[in-house]
Amino acid sequence: MPAIVPTTTTTGSVEATVRRSKRSTPYVLLLPGLGWLAFFFVVPLFASLATSLQVPIEAGNPDGGFTQAFEISNYTQAIAQYWPQFVRSYVFAGLATILALAIAYPLAYFIAFKAGKYRNIMLVLVVAPFFCSFLIRTYAWKTILADQSPVTQFLNFLHLLPDDRILNTPLAVITGIAYNFLPFMTLPLYAALERIDFRLIEAGNDLYGSPWTTFRKVTFPLSLPGVVAGTLLTFIPAVGDFINAQLLGSIKDKMIGNVIDSQFRIVRDYPTASALSFMLMVSVLAIVFVYIRRAGTEDLV
Amino acid sequence: MARTPVVTGKVEDLHLIGLTKQFATMTAVDSLDLTIPAGSFFALLGPSGCGKTTTLRMVAGLEDPTAGAILIGAQDVTQLRPYQRPVNTVFQSYALFPHLDIFENVAFGLRRRGVKDVKKPVEDMLELVELTAMARRKPGQLSGGQQQRVAVARALINQPDVLLLDEPLGALDLKLRRQMQIELKRIQTEVGITFVHVTHDQEEAMTMADTIAVMNEGRIEQMGSPAHIYENPRTAFVANFLGQSNLFPGSVVGRESGFVVVSAFGTTFRIPTSRVATTGDSVVVGVRPEKVTIRAASRAGEPDPGRNSLTGVVTDASFTGLSTQYLVRTAWGQELQVFSQNLSADDVVRLGEDVALSFDPSHTFGLDGSEDLTAGVDKELLELGHVVGGGDSSVAVGG
Repeated sequence: MPAIVPTTTTTGSVEATVRRSKRSTPYVLLLPGLGWLAFFFVVPLFASLATSLQVPIEAGNPDGGFTQAFEISNYTQAIAQYWPQFVRSYVFAGLATILALAIAYPLAYFIAFKAGKYRNIMLVLVVAPFFCSFLIRTYAWKTILADQSPVTQFLNFLHLLPDDRILNTPLAVITGIAYNFLPFMTLPLYAALERIDFRLIEAGNDLYGSPWTTFRKVTFPLSLPGVVAGTLLTFIPAVGDFINAQLLGSIKDKMIGNVIDSQFRIVRDYPTASALSFMLMVSVLAIVFVYIRRAGTEDLV
Repeated sequence: MARTPVVTGKVEDLHLIGLTKQFATMTAVDSLDLTIPAGSFFALLGPSGCGKTTTLRMVAGLEDPTAGAILIGAQDVTQLRPYQRPVNTVFQSYALFPHLDIFENVAFGLRRRGVKDVKKPVEDMLELVELTAMARRKPGQLSGGQQQRVAVARALINQPDVLLLDEPLGALDLKLRRQMQIELKRIQTEVGITFVHVTHDQEEAMTMADTIAVMNEGRIEQMGSPAHIYENPRTAFVANFLGQSNLFPGSVVGRESGFVVVSAFGTTFRIPTSRVATTGDSVVVGVRPEKVTIRAASRAGEPDPGRNSLTGVVTDASFTGLSTQYLVRTAWGQELQVFSQNLSADDVVRLGEDVALSFDPSHTFGLDGSEDLTAGVDKELLELGHVVGGGDSSVAVGG
């Protein structure tokens, strides 16, 4: 503590102790979170990385155990075999994110600017699906989208369905994902829109911007942080999702999450499953990084 | 430095005809009739809640009138949407677009109207408000005064028929506000556009405006040049809100050539007939604190019969450098304000001293006797018991 010139050594050391404890406070507060992160993320991450490079002790027999061999070819073999599921995951998650954005943006806009006294009720309704389990809600969609359901029959009546059905098609998986992650899209959008100073929109109108132009040039750019947060909160879990593909899709609609799931639980080929998990994580990270850079949210207030 | 005028275009009168705005529980603007001459700097002055901002927002198109019409020249714009009106606004907190830089903020209106080459006009406008160096900064990186100038530039560049300013200097500190008052006046003179300026700050209104309309409870109390309405208030509200006034209730005892003679608390005052706002016999006598001459009674001699005179006791004296502000209690217990310029040291009147007050009849004004003498006095000051408007204690004590 060089800045302190103590009048006596006693007071000096007391002050130093006080200052030291003040400086350590933030770290003490971080400790539980850091501990959690270390035990349940960092350790499993490295365990998984290690597993992904192992080979079976007895070739071809996963029940005989695995040994570390730093086998990089686990990755190349996994990608060669499962790239269609990878691509499908990204396409499904991307389409579901776009669909969710298209539904959530007008909804969030309405809640933020038009709902008035109903605003809180509407927000509760947005979160209400969480009161029911994710799994049960997805099962419910099985019924809603079933071949004999009113929804399917009505759309068939209008000749809108190419395969005459929804369940067990990519459409079911995509709409299911979009539905399940809708609150994650809506809430950040609402938060961003609600923060916008209404006078900025009035200023846009005052400066010859029609309502639509003002939306494009003022409201939407100012809501971009919400769009970025919402799309990430939807896209990232959607890429790894396997429940929707499992329950709503056919065998041809398997996503990478389904492959990893079955590799771990059924085939018990742990190295391949770990390698797939790792590639999924790294590729999502890369996409998110590029996306955030492109969206340029750091320039926004 | 000679500059080509940045804004050149037709400028037309703004007419408000029977303009009314009713909200659920109150009438904000009550059948307002007003013509604002082209090219003038017009101030709508009034306390908060008097309807001035609502009036401005109706002109901008941000609020729909309940009744009445808004015309610019001969064109009825009442039904036009904000973006269709040849009117631009400088918002109270500027409302600059935080995601756009200064150049793009200023260019916004031009781009919306499909102007191809915005570079030259934007640069000219930034030069007018002396912000050329800031073109690529974001609004958040500018000081309050700079943001204020951007807001003016962003509105002015569109060459509107009318520029609306909603408390444009409210967020600035006193020194900067003074500076910006002069700056705004300079810009207005330079561009020649009609400025309609809404404020609750009477000093700001008087400094900048050619014409002031004092607004109270949705109506215009009085309108005219700053000097004219300051010297000739027609209502107690104007007398108290625009500057300060000493007011005391009396009744007419005689009318002679060009003067009304009013007796209040046993003292008679002569007021020029043209300065009396009523033809009735109940008249409130008013005089501005700086028009009153104060002399120690011992040195005053005989009162001048040509002046209005009264006597009192000094109860408070505060020296402000430029002047000394006295509170003088009259024989009937009312405290009057007197501002005396510090001309010479031997003029000084001491606390507790008996004094003779006098003022010229031509500086005296008469209001309708039914007026609330505290109208327009700051409510908080009234509650504190401070006599600032001067008229209140006559209600409490003299009435």
